[in-house]
Amino acid sequence: MQTFIVVLALLGFAAVGYTMGRARAVMTAGGMPKDLHSLPSYYGSYTAIWIGIPSLLLLAVWLIIQPQIIESVVMGGLPAAMTEGLSSSEYGLLLNDIRNVASGNISSRANDPAIEAAASQLTSLRDTSFILMIVATFGIGAGGLAYARNRINPSLRARNTVEKVVNVVLIISSLIAILTTVGIVLSLLFESFIFFTKVPFYEFLFGLNWSPQTALRADQVGSSGAFGAVPLFVGTLLITFIAMVVAAPIGLMSAIYMAEYADPRFRAFAKPMLEVLAGIPTVVYGFFAALTVAPFFRNVGEGIGLDVSSESALAAGVVMGIMIIPFVSSLSDDVINAVPQSLRDGSYGLGATKSETIRSVIVPAALPGIVGALLLAVSRAIGETMIVVMAAGLAANLTVNPLEAVTTVTVQIVTLLVGDQEFDSAKTLSAFALGLVLFFITLALNVIALSVVRKYREKYD
Amino acid sequence: MTDTISTSPGSPPPSGTPPQGRPASRPLLVSPHLAKRYSRERTFRLLGLASVGAAGIILLILLGSIVSKGYSAFWQHEVDLQVTFSAEELNPDGGPVEIETLQRANYLDMVRDGLRREFPDAAQDRRERRMLYGLISPNADIRLRSMVLEDPSLIGTTQTVRVKMSDDMDTFAKGFIDRDLPEGDRRVKDREIGWFDQLDSKGLVHATFNVDFFTTGDSREPEEAGIYGALIGSILTLTVTLLVSFPVGVMAAAYLEEFAPKNRFTDLIEVNINNLAAVPSIVFGLLGLAVFLNFFGLPRSAPLAGGLVLALMTLPTIIIASRSALKAVPPSIREAALGLGASPLQVVTHHVLPLAMPGILTGTIIGMAQALGETAPLLMIGMVAFIVDVPQGFTDPATVLPVQVYIWADSPERAFVEKTSAAIMVLLGFLVLMNAVAVLLRKRFERRW
Repeated sequence: MQTFIVVLALLGFAAVGYTMGRARAVMTAGGMPKDLHSLPSYYGSYTAIWIGIPSLLLLAVWLIIQPQIIESVVMGGLPAAMTEGLSSSEYGLLLNDIRNVASGNISSRANDPAIEAAASQLTSLRDTSFILMIVATFGIGAGGLAYARNRINPSLRARNTVEKVVNVVLIISSLIAILTTVGIVLSLLFESFIFFTKVPFYEFLFGLNWSPQTALRADQVGSSGAFGAVPLFVGTLLITFIAMVVAAPIGLMSAIYMAEYADPRFRAFAKPMLEVLAGIPTVVYGFFAALTVAPFFRNVGEGIGLDVSSESALAAGVVMGIMIIPFVSSLSDDVINAVPQSLRDGSYGLGATKSETIRSVIVPAALPGIVGALLLAVSRAIGETMIVVMAAGLAANLTVNPLEAVTTVTVQIVTLLVGDQEFDSAKTLSAFALGLVLFFITLALNVIALSVVRKYREKYD
Repeated sequence: MTDTISTSPGSPPPSGTPPQGRPASRPLLVSPHLAKRYSRERTFRLLGLASVGAAGIILLILLGSIVSKGYSAFWQHEVDLQVTFSAEELNPDGGPVEIETLQRANYLDMVRDGLRREFPDAAQDRRERRMLYGLISPNADIRLRSMVLEDPSLIGTTQTVRVKMSDDMDTFAKGFIDRDLPEGDRRVKDREIGWFDQLDSKGLVHATFNVDFFTTGDSREPEEAGIYGALIGSILTLTVTLLVSFPVGVMAAAYLEEFAPKNRFTDLIEVNINNLAAVPSIVFGLLGLAVFLNFFGLPRSAPLAGGLVLALMTLPTIIIASRSALKAVPPSIREAALGLGASPLQVVTHHVLPLAMPGILTGTIIGMAQALGETAPLLMIGMVAFIVDVPQGFTDPATVLPVQVYIWADSPERAFVEKTSAAIMVLLGFLVLMNAVAVLLRKRFERRW
């Protein structure tokens, strides 16, 4: 919160600089703004840039470096007996205790005088650093102001400079998309790499047994044998398959009806309805699956003498299918609408009825697009998390029986990472390996689907 | 049948169907099959209609089941008890009142005494007494404490205090527990029902609007749990998301649409954005955990980290919507401005962006609505923790509405079902509101060039 105020203050400083620069420019031009190279506001922006960018950059660097320096100083001040021979996780624990004491929270070591001393040292260092930071950022801002003020004269090409800076900022903004992808790939690869040093790669991909809990006890014999992800893959595919069995026909038929049969009034009512279905948060679907659909299937199963698990793949799959219906239908709707009218006219001219035209002309013509839409839907189903977390099971059964409980990749990621974690155990790291698999599978599906759709579009353009 | 076909809009009347005026004397080759083909046509059409209908019915079932489970959470049963604010407990030495004593005093016993006064004969053995105490909320003391802290002159007096009933009794009072079930099959026993009926017949039980649901944070006791904390958490998180994703998204869109040269590099950015839009949300959570929490050391469970993760997630939505809004601005405007001597940047900031703003804002609101409903990535960065306090800032531990739904849905108590459904209703209410604003904005400012 304090940092937030400093940022606001710096922005305020830059705003003040804006008016000062503007006034200065008008003054150097002898009160005749038309003698300036650029509009007066550009001189203001020029000054604001010289104040804001260096000081905010310094602030960012300061905030990143400060905790590390302060904490290493504090830890160095502790009695050697306390810090010697600590593993990195014990070191982190000790540091955490000091932080907790410093911020007044309850800590297991609150009464240790050395810790208390370290905590008060931490607090005072933090305060000093905060004051220093304010002085430094505002100092550099004032320096920028002085420099800009000095440079301002009627022939300064302020607009060109400002536009260059804005251009760089725009490029940086569009680079964030790439940075995000790189961040995802690197963080997944990095953690997965550590995981694969503990558990062999082929065992993860082809092993038939998944029970990550055993890895908690590292000394246990055979604890490394429990990271076979095949049951998760099978469970994910089973639920995805059930979802597509529900979503593909209903979504496709809805799209065909909306594109070919429905009159505008019906469309005006039905399209928003499907959009509502698409806008409902997945956690709501999960609640619906767990509390309404799953008991319903269990009761029906009991009625006809079948043993349906209360966390059956069927319930999760069906509800996921419902969630995907609007996705399939809106994508297919676009694709069907893109089929040229001339194809329809030709078919009608040969005497085909509407449904015959749809079945033997429109759908074949739109097939690549429809396949692309279905692939995107599959990718969505594979990556969907909340429905399966709430309605599918946790036990990794290797089965294709939809009435039994299965677990999925996303369920395991959530189960492994929610709650306390230590980052050096194979249990936690396996979640990143699963995330890596998930990321690449959905990425591959998307790339294939998009290229299929693009090819199809080119055909009729 | 022909008329059902030809009324459908969007396509000219199908010329393939035989015109009605055709003389019957000339038998057609197709006529033997015609009836069959028409009936197939009818079936196909009905199948389409049934699909749309199925989606509608499912939506109704979904909303119906949530409303029917959740509407009852908006009121709460309370009971009027005669409570003596015992002077021995609150002011043992008889001197001036000490705040600390008031804060530490055992108010629950006073409520329980009040309850025993109603049923003098019930308090015989310990088991029965405990059962009797189970009628009221174990957090009933909080209200008493604040009463005394506000007005110390209550000490020593006997007042009528309205205290909340426990979640089980509340559920029973709302009629969700069938009293005709055998006693072993329900959570509320015959004895408790008897007491409840006695209180009810004396007119002491009241159903009041559940204000606390909107003004308190989470609690382990269903009758005390509220959504206020999650609501504030959602607002803080979305503020961070908006502050990051809106400027960055608009700037990225402006660059790609207006300034960027067409080369391999910008193609790469474009492919990247399209792919990011389809990356599963949980992967963003993994990114947040590995980068924001472990690498940059942001606080766990905080709106700051959650908002940043959601910002990365909504960025593609905003960029794609902004780009199409920018694309819709006709080139003549740019050319006119350039012709008058504006620089390319001035063209964009003074003319193109303002004209595209309604479209950009619509896309942003839709992106924010998605972010509001998102759960999975926030589980990864620890926003699933049990948090009673209402968050005060961007770095306080917090939870958000959908995660609150998830936490409550996981709770075993029967009374949390109605809380969960009610929280979902609030969440859906906000989503409807946001989407309505987006639709209005689109309708109000939509312009055809």
